[in-house]
Amino acid sequence: MIHQYKLNGYNIVLDTYSGAVHVVDDLAYDVIALYEHTDRDEIITRMQTKYPEASEKDIRDTLADVDQLKEDGKLFTEDAYKDLSLVVTKRKTYIKALCLNVAHTCNLSCEYCFAAQGKYHGPRAMMSFEVGKRAIDFLLENSGFHHRLDVDFFGGEPLMDWKVVKQIVAYCHEREKDTGKKFRFTLTTNGMLLKDEVIDFLNKEMSNVVLSLDGRKEVHDRLRKTVNGKGSYDFIVPKFQKFVASRGDKEYYVRGTFTHNNVDFTNDIFHMADLGFDRLSMEPVICDPKEPYALQESDLPEIYRQYEILAKEMLKREENGHGFIFYHYMLDLHEGPCIYKRISGCGSGTEYMAVTPWGELFPCHQFVGDQKYSMGNIFEGIKRPDIVDKFKQNNCYSKPECQNCWAKLYCSGGCPANSLHATGSLTGNFKFSCDIFRKRIECAVMIKAAEALRSNQQAAVNN
Amino acid sequence: MRRIITLNTMNLKDTVKHGGRGECMTSCQSACKTSCGVANQKCAVPAER
Repeated sequence: MIHQYKLNGYNIVLDTYSGAVHVVDDLAYDVIALYEHTDRDEIITRMQTKYPEASEKDIRDTLADVDQLKEDGKLFTEDAYKDLSLVVTKRKTYIKALCLNVAHTCNLSCEYCFAAQGKYHGPRAMMSFEVGKRAIDFLLENSGFHHRLDVDFFGGEPLMDWKVVKQIVAYCHEREKDTGKKFRFTLTTNGMLLKDEVIDFLNKEMSNVVLSLDGRKEVHDRLRKTVNGKGSYDFIVPKFQKFVASRGDKEYYVRGTFTHNNVDFTNDIFHMADLGFDRLSMEPVICDPKEPYALQESDLPEIYRQYEILAKEMLKREENGHGFIFYHYMLDLHEGPCIYKRISGCGSGTEYMAVTPWGELFPCHQFVGDQKYSMGNIFEGIKRPDIVDKFKQNNCYSKPECQNCWAKLYCSGGCPANSLHATGSLTGNFKFSCDIFRKRIECAVMIKAAEALRSNQQAAVNN
Repeated sequence: MRRIITLNTMNLKDTVKHGGRGECMTSCQSACKTSCGVANQKCAVPAER
């Protein structure tokens, strides 16, 4: 399967099953489009009509190049992973990551919060150290061969349970010594409680910190308010700037959510960049379609346009020496995920689970509070192996709608929580989300193509 | 090839033999938390693949 598209002056051809990316001129683009289902003489005739400046030899050479790429397994590659996908769905899985919902409470009251202002439709609650400690033991006991284990501190607002976060991290280090395993920590915060002591700790211990900011002041303050209804932008931005200035080379993301209110979200991304942040993420809001800020199908053309604006601007800024990273445009074409990762889905419910403040287990943070997906608890273990199996079997090879999608090995079937919330089924096809995802991959690959050609040109100049 | 430039990419088929170590992060752990993909993640042990 291949996918061809034109973007920002580049003609791009993706080969789904090998992962190969080709940048071609107009004639080669048309030859490839016809190659699989058109007679060669017919292709030559059509190309001579459309490109009178091209000689027959030139067109035949292009056809020979396409033959070669096909022979080399870089174009029109057949799907060789169907059997492997069955093996993956039956494999024994071990847990390698826990999202610790240390605080089911929040010091902001954001209207669009999927976690219902941090409470996940339940009572306010904070995780005790005893529960956190047991969660780490549960992770270690169920981690099997995994050497690197990940712990996310999430909420609500995890810094509201700051002392317990510190205690859990200290306990993990203790257990590293007797188990030989290694922990990585991530914390997501709204910034309200960032202070020097916290910043020092986060810089020392957290391999990644996610800072929630929606962009421009008026956009951010519209939905991200304190419990008294006051916007939080002015309070948190200086704290985020201070934190990022002290972060060094360690990973962080300033992460926003865009809604129907700011479909021109690239202006929010550029605003974040102009504030001095250079690792950015911006997510489409996930909410009840009836909400006034819910994204709508009619927003899609503008969303596509915005992603293109973003990609082009990122290339410009990079060339001018003040580039930034956008999470969804990060693609490592050389050393990206292996095929096992690409066909086993996101890991929720199998390798990744969320833990409530009282130790209940859910497939991921987005399922917390939905009792149909309560999997057990950290004291007695998994009581619903059927839920594990359901998630294990959920990937791009098990969803009929994914079969002919060129992007399936980039997304692995998408987010099960989004599917459930949008369609009522874990395996449902949330087309809106797929459309956005495909657009982002097109833009991300275009950036990679532009960067590769730029460095080729630079090398040619240097030689 | 005069009209086709192939970017230097890994071949997914090669990872059938050497992938699957499982040391990578799970998908939702980094910056998204709401719309995971797998392609923008890093392999934790590319050199061993």
